[in-house]
Amino acid sequence: MGKKILMKGCEAIGEAAIRAGCKHYFAYPITPQTEVAEYLARRMPEVGGVFLQAESEVAASNMLFGAAGAGVRVFTSSSSPGISLMSEAISYIAAAELPVVFINIVRSGPGLGGILPAQSDYFQATKGGGHGDYRLLVLAPSSVQEAVDLVMTAFTLADRYRNPIMIIGDGMIGQMMEPVEFHDELASEPPEKSGWATVGCKGRDPVIVKTLYLDPVACHKHNVKLKEKADRMVANEVRGERYNCEGDYRLLLVSYGTMARVCKTAIDELKEQGIEVGMYRPISLFPFPILPIRQEANRPHVQAVLSVELSMGQMVEDVERAVLGARPVHFYGMAGGLVPTPDDVTRAIRELL
Amino acid sequence: MPRIVIDENRCKGCELCVINCPQQILAISREINARGYFPAKVVDPPRCIGCRICAIMCPDVAIQVAVNSAQYSFFEY
Amino acid sequence: MFTVFTRPEAMKDNHTHYCPGCTHGIIHRLVAEAIDELGLRERTVGIAPVGCSVLAYNYFNCDFQEAAHGRAPAFATGIKRVRPDLVVFTYQGDGDLASIGTNEILHSANRGEKFTTIFVNNAVYGMTGGQMAPTTMPNQVTTTTPTGRNVKEVGYPIRVSEMLATLRTPAYVARVAVHRPHYVVQAKKAILKAFRYQVANRCFSFVEVLSTCPTNWGKSPKEACDWLEQNMIPYYPLGEHKLPDRDEP
Repeated sequence: MGKKILMKGCEAIGEAAIRAGCKHYFAYPITPQTEVAEYLARRMPEVGGVFLQAESEVAASNMLFGAAGAGVRVFTSSSSPGISLMSEAISYIAAAELPVVFINIVRSGPGLGGILPAQSDYFQATKGGGHGDYRLLVLAPSSVQEAVDLVMTAFTLADRYRNPIMIIGDGMIGQMMEPVEFHDELASEPPEKSGWATVGCKGRDPVIVKTLYLDPVACHKHNVKLKEKADRMVANEVRGERYNCEGDYRLLLVSYGTMARVCKTAIDELKEQGIEVGMYRPISLFPFPILPIRQEANRPHVQAVLSVELSMGQMVEDVERAVLGARPVHFYGMAGGLVPTPDDVTRAIRELL
Repeated sequence: MPRIVIDENRCKGCELCVINCPQQILAISREINARGYFPAKVVDPPRCIGCRICAIMCPDVAIQVAVNSAQYSFFEY
Repeated sequence: MFTVFTRPEAMKDNHTHYCPGCTHGIIHRLVAEAIDELGLRERTVGIAPVGCSVLAYNYFNCDFQEAAHGRAPAFATGIKRVRPDLVVFTYQGDGDLASIGTNEILHSANRGEKFTTIFVNNAVYGMTGGQMAPTTMPNQVTTTTPTGRNVKEVGYPIRVSEMLATLRTPAYVARVAVHRPHYVVQAKKAILKAFRYQVANRCFSFVEVLSTCPTNWGKSPKEACDWLEQNMIPYYPLGEHKLPDRDEP
């Protein structure tokens, strides 16, 4: 463990990737995450890595595809409209089963929207975005330190599942400065790449990285294989944090990212006033923590569940899926770059109790 | 004497070898091959000069050319 | 007996899915021969496009990646930047490269990426069944230009080689054809040269190959070769359109 240093979220994410052994970054500038590219333009040459500013997000994501197919760790960062453009490649990369890490510092949408923090890409990240049956493993940090830790975890998971991984943080995570410390460095290359990386066919049959399955039986089998991989993620990669869930709380909040930090303050304030509210903060958005949330919602003292988001209500659909009608599920949120204050959340909670 | 070997089941009968043979010694067979095409065949083997043009024009790599010994090369390929 | 012509090692023994007389097969073989003659097969990675040649990896005997439509140059950039020791080529048609992938090819050329592109221009979309391509000739009938390409409505065919040759960045850009034996011989020389520039880490190298599509042109293979000669060659002049040394300071 190193010492704590004060870093901006975007720069810390860039440094974390390097510490994770990723020396290859292809990207296109977009607010509010361009600082990742600016940081790495300077830093990658220092570590003998590759920094390339592509002509578009479309090109950047396909450069990642090619490079990942050649068996190296790669990642990119972008923001909502850029991720839309990368969605083509994300679908292909998932289909080709390659390890790539995508960072989405979400800004408000739809369309060009605004450049302020939002969580309105929840559906895009967890339900698709690109075409076809595939799943991204989606991780949502709520602090710069957690972003650093999850970036490092993401490369391990990408290698483990040979699947694209997305770190989804709102603009606040990318733009604010917090003290961080970095863990030990990881290996610089994916551990096992025989049989799938195109590195020249010396002494073996050619390797083909492809996504075309014209034979419907073969295509079905491929989809079944991808589904089994998603099922493995669901079984093994659920991550989340409980807050104030020890006592007989009356309302369960579900919130992630920056919004969850605001909720914690609201919970603390209500506690002082004698009102107990618990929170489950999903860290993995896919796999969504269905069982932990169901377990909390079904505690006898819980009267209702409230999903609090920087959107018009996206994760709430997964919360409903988790609660399965056992308790009423409500939604509170703001979009467009507005972030509810603890008082706003407190008011929303009081209306339910 | 040069020898052309046409893999009749690779051939799709496109005739590019036939129309480009400077000796006009190739023709399309009347017998259908395993893939449903009428393949090219050599009709006048002794007149082959080993120029390789048939093989060079073949889109299906269906033609092999062999020669008895070192012989005059008409062009660099 | 000495075999003086046989299948190159860089080609698999598979039968191609191409239509009779389609010159994709000749171009595949020329690329494979160049790879063999330069001894590159074991460190070559090819990038297949979307279009008729999407299955190129079934025919080339080297590592291959299959790109999304038009993105092959981005793939090649990614591979070449992280593994400069590999030899990378893209094999792309006119719909893939000159329409949906213009951005990728233009910027790869402009960055001077050290890979080789084989651009097959047959003036039509083959795989989807004969629609207009950016390279379709004026008045050429396709399924989406049933009365012929009207240049007043959809513009003139794009001369990709000339367009790339305008870039300041040093590159090798050549246009060749494969519808007659002597053109095939020239085409092979250009493809060899392109790979040599890559191996020397010199520049981006690009060979546009005029190719026939008898099926979608509605012609016999012989008629297609004649049509190419009469219609495409005058509009798409053959030759080396850019050499790296011409532009180097």
